[in-house]
Amino acid sequence: MTVGTAPLLRMEAITKRYGGVRALEDVRFECDRGKIHALLGENGAGKSTLIKILAGVVQPDSGQITLDGQPISFNSPAAANAAGIACIFQELSLLPDLSVADNIAITRPPMRFGLIDQGAQRRLAEEALARVGGEDIHPLAPVGDLPLSRRQMVEIAKALARTPKILILDEATSALTAADVTKVFRMLKQLKADGMAIIYISHRMHEIAELADDCTVFRNGRYVETFAAGTKSDDAIVEMMIGREYSSVFPPLPEKKSGGPSMLSLKGLSWAGQLNDINLDLKAGEVVGLGGLDGQGQRQLLLALFGTLIGVTGTIEINGKAVKMSNPGRAKSEEIGMALIPEDRKNEGLMLPMSVRDNLSFASIEGFSRFGIVDRKAEAVAIDDMIKLLNIRVGDIDGPVASLSGGNQQKVVIAKWLMTKPRIILLNDPTRGIDVGTKQELYELLRRLAEGGAAILFYSTDYDELIGCCDRVLVFYNGAVVRTLEGAALTEHNLIASAHNLPTSTKAGAAQVFATEAAS
Amino acid sequence: MSVESGLSTKGGRSWEAWGHWFTAQRGLLISLVIFAIMFGFYAWKLEVGLSASMVNTAANKGALLALVAMAQTIPVLTGGLDLSVGMVFVLTNCLAASVVNGDPRMTALGIIVVLITGLVCGIINGIIIVYGRLQPIIVTLATGAVFFGVALALRPEPGGSVNFEFADFMTTSFFKVPSSVILLLAVVLFIWIPYRRSVLGRAAYAIGSSEHAAYMSGVPIARAKIMAYALAGFLAAIAGLLLTALTYSGAAKASLGADYTLNSIAAVVIGGTSLFGGAGSAIGSIFGAFIMRTVGDLLIVFDINPVLQPLFVGIVLLFAVSLGSLRLLRIKNKLDLYR
Amino acid sequence: MATMVMKRLDKATMIAFGCSILLIAIGAIAEPNFISSDYLLQQLQTASFLGIIATGVMLVILLGHIDLSIPWTISIGGMMATAATGFFGETLGPFLAIPFGLACGAAVGLVNGLGVAYLRAPAMIFTLGMNAVAQGLMVFHTGGFAPQDRGLPIMRELATGRLIPGVPNPLLIWIVVGAATIFILTRTTLGRRIYAIGNKERAVYLSGVDTRRVLLICFMISGACAAAGGILLAGWANRSYQAMGDPYLLPTIAAIVLGGTNVLGGRGSYIGTVAGVILITLLQSILSVIQPQLFFAELGFRVPAEVFRQIVFGVVIISMLLLYGRERLQR
Repeated sequence: MTVGTAPLLRMEAITKRYGGVRALEDVRFECDRGKIHALLGENGAGKSTLIKILAGVVQPDSGQITLDGQPISFNSPAAANAAGIACIFQELSLLPDLSVADNIAITRPPMRFGLIDQGAQRRLAEEALARVGGEDIHPLAPVGDLPLSRRQMVEIAKALARTPKILILDEATSALTAADVTKVFRMLKQLKADGMAIIYISHRMHEIAELADDCTVFRNGRYVETFAAGTKSDDAIVEMMIGREYSSVFPPLPEKKSGGPSMLSLKGLSWAGQLNDINLDLKAGEVVGLGGLDGQGQRQLLLALFGTLIGVTGTIEINGKAVKMSNPGRAKSEEIGMALIPEDRKNEGLMLPMSVRDNLSFASIEGFSRFGIVDRKAEAVAIDDMIKLLNIRVGDIDGPVASLSGGNQQKVVIAKWLMTKPRIILLNDPTRGIDVGTKQELYELLRRLAEGGAAILFYSTDYDELIGCCDRVLVFYNGAVVRTLEGAALTEHNLIASAHNLPTSTKAGAAQVFATEAAS
Repeated sequence: MSVESGLSTKGGRSWEAWGHWFTAQRGLLISLVIFAIMFGFYAWKLEVGLSASMVNTAANKGALLALVAMAQTIPVLTGGLDLSVGMVFVLTNCLAASVVNGDPRMTALGIIVVLITGLVCGIINGIIIVYGRLQPIIVTLATGAVFFGVALALRPEPGGSVNFEFADFMTTSFFKVPSSVILLLAVVLFIWIPYRRSVLGRAAYAIGSSEHAAYMSGVPIARAKIMAYALAGFLAAIAGLLLTALTYSGAAKASLGADYTLNSIAAVVIGGTSLFGGAGSAIGSIFGAFIMRTVGDLLIVFDINPVLQPLFVGIVLLFAVSLGSLRLLRIKNKLDLYR
Repeated sequence: MATMVMKRLDKATMIAFGCSILLIAIGAIAEPNFISSDYLLQQLQTASFLGIIATGVMLVILLGHIDLSIPWTISIGGMMATAATGFFGETLGPFLAIPFGLACGAAVGLVNGLGVAYLRAPAMIFTLGMNAVAQGLMVFHTGGFAPQDRGLPIMRELATGRLIPGVPNPLLIWIVVGAATIFILTRTTLGRRIYAIGNKERAVYLSGVDTRRVLLICFMISGACAAAGGILLAGWANRSYQAMGDPYLLPTIAAIVLGGTNVLGGRGSYIGTVAGVILITLLQSILSVIQPQLFFAELGFRVPAEVFRQIVFGVVIISMLLLYGRERLQR
């Protein structure tokens, strides 16, 4: 083998263990200049670990990495940066109190007289932002004051400002608006044409179809296959990822029931300009989806119902009785019986260092206590039932919940709330960053809960999910419900059209325009 | 912050640049205004008028705490805390009362020895915190005890002496500006501002803002933290020198060190630096320190028994932190309360 | 059952207890009397004061906060209890002295709790401010009129007597307080919530718990425990005085941290705190037995005994924490 034909980056026989858990086993990966290489796999397949090794965050137990034919190893992110590898992480690596310019130039700031040259740094930041299409971001604004999508753009600009040889994007677009995604994709294609090697990780198949030249699939910490993009069908790829036949993920929708009394009804709910005159009737046994583009007020609606927002106007009726939702404790109470599965399980759902047991029973602990003293036997029985019901794979129930996989952690969050026996369940994008297998289990669970008489409000950023799981979907735009889609009208095309507040159409052609607009 | 570049790039954006600058400096500006009001009121109420010597005395008292508070600011910016600053202050005071003596050469050497001692104390803190991977609060609590023990060994009884020219130099006024104020200015110009603009200085802010993100961004965390504590020790040693010049002696008093440590934290917070790190400025801490000292002066003006000073300092402190709670009124999502 | 006990006794607790035994052994070599049951009992009695004070502070630290108002809350407890006869008269005073002292301490805790929980002020600063306010109030109290500062007979009995033969009363009180704390931390909803808030208050709030009330309760317990320590100290010394609480802040925090409680909250066991308290107490007393200053005086260095106390104190805390308190590498 000559140097000329060797790929830019070659990783061979990489193995990494965390304690007794094998994250990567004898894995290989290659990528080359001028190519976008997609890395596919379920959560826990080892993608993140591989990226962390490349970024210098963790070191492999064994294996070789060569860059430009030279063997390399990084003992810190700084070393990886110096070697020309830049990572855009799913968890942002930005410093909230520092300005955009400070963030972009954090690794190698322009210097003058031994000190940081503020003017040059600002110009550098402006150039980097212009390259990714974030001209609207002021370089002196503190990053913490920017909305999530702008922060993500800064993150991308920051990685680019280091002029890397290899750029890694790990779910980098999940927080972006559709318009930003378009800009970023255009930029990535330009970088590819300029000869950069790009490693791209995403759960969104259409993004990969659009961008990738090559794909590599991992499963359970092992390498499965590398193939040229476009040579396999989506179904075939998904099968490769989950390692089994991939049939319909969604349980069948039940027959449309005739309307009973509504459990939850909202009249003219508004809040701080972010929720505008929301009306809703939710009946027992119904799963109602909240759709639309991300950040149109769906989360705020769930939080308003759960009592964390101040100054909500309009009325909330539970079983026909008007109630005031003042705090989550009230929402959880026997009288109301509401549960909220939050979006951010690490900060809002779980106490990560605490045991699985303590986490599971935390929301329902009053039910197992008398005079504030916990009946540990009753608690243990209820926990056992719940673990069986949700099929949660726990090694040690008294071990920290942080040691579980992402999917199982999410199950713990859901189980924690099911233990309160809620009648109204609010879900805030519960499947984000969860593997296909667990997703499927969750969909079935939702259906079972609805059949058991619960009323479910389900916010998801994944359109397939809304179509597959919900009886009807309220599409949000700018804090208001612009359309309710139901039955045959509940299609991806209509969802996307409504999300942009455009008329739904039965003509496939018209809807197609919008669909591509959102997907590109 | 270069405003010129703001003007040159896009006209309309310069206002935005000023806005961001103002937001960043808000804490500092508020403390400056509060101090100006308090001191103005004091000067106005003082019937005999403000004499140069009174200004000098007030400046000296304030400068001691201001230096210790500046020292405290830097670890606080990294999200840490230095509970040993007061003890380094006491230790260097005791040391200076022994070594800053004799002919000018010996005195100069003594000053250098004192400053290096402070620096070494800080480096010890930094190394234990970084490589021992221990909590700064508890490490500096422990090293503070050790530093005080050393101070006590150096000077079991209060006493010692200091070169008189040096002491006079530190306590006189130049063109009606007390030299302690000139010292503070010099520290700001030659230590704080260069540090603030250095890679390690920005790294301190970065670490305080989010240590994990700083690590991921390749910020030199270990060096920046050691530097932060080292600088804290160094500034505390400057304060120790000034104290020696003011009192002509050294004394190993535990209560003095504890007082300065705790008051320095208060001054840092009043000066607008976040205890969580990442935002603030040592210049704000100077005003924070002067605010705390002016409280005592105001008591004299209002003819309140000076032994009640702690009560009023405490009330000012509670008031200052409660002011921060005004933001609660603007909160519309209760989740924002729980980070 | 045995494994359960072993699991409870984590590394920090084991090392702290181990070091305590080592200290006793060293003491026994230097001074055979050291190992007598009388002497050890006396040590436990001294430890009780620190232990009772540390109990409340530990709860606050578990929440991820800190209580720096301890020194003057101790003084408030002692001084208000001794002054009770002045406030309530000779007949009612003796009965109300102890409840009154405790209530004053709890009141300081109440203000701390209101500030930290409801105003969301940083605990370190708010409790620091309260410490100064408490100091100011006590100065005002002693400055206004000549207060009664003698310990009452009941306080003296409480601090020095033995209700159960062979067990000093303060130790008995510590055992009761400690047992109650262990029960609260392990068996009650309050305990679960304390640990949970120390880990992630946001998640606790979203689980429908009024976290502010938990904070308020713990700060009040901390104030009351400090006041209880003050009352016992006043009974022990048979008088109360202003700075009586000053020497207790650092040993309290040190004992809790040496016992394996995370200063940032969320983790720690009460048994660990007990171990830490005993270790700190033994450490302080062993130096008065060994008297290293005499050795140095022979070498020609005349230094006060306090020098060794301070240096050993600092060095021991750091070296013990290096053994077991290190954080995991950030990865």
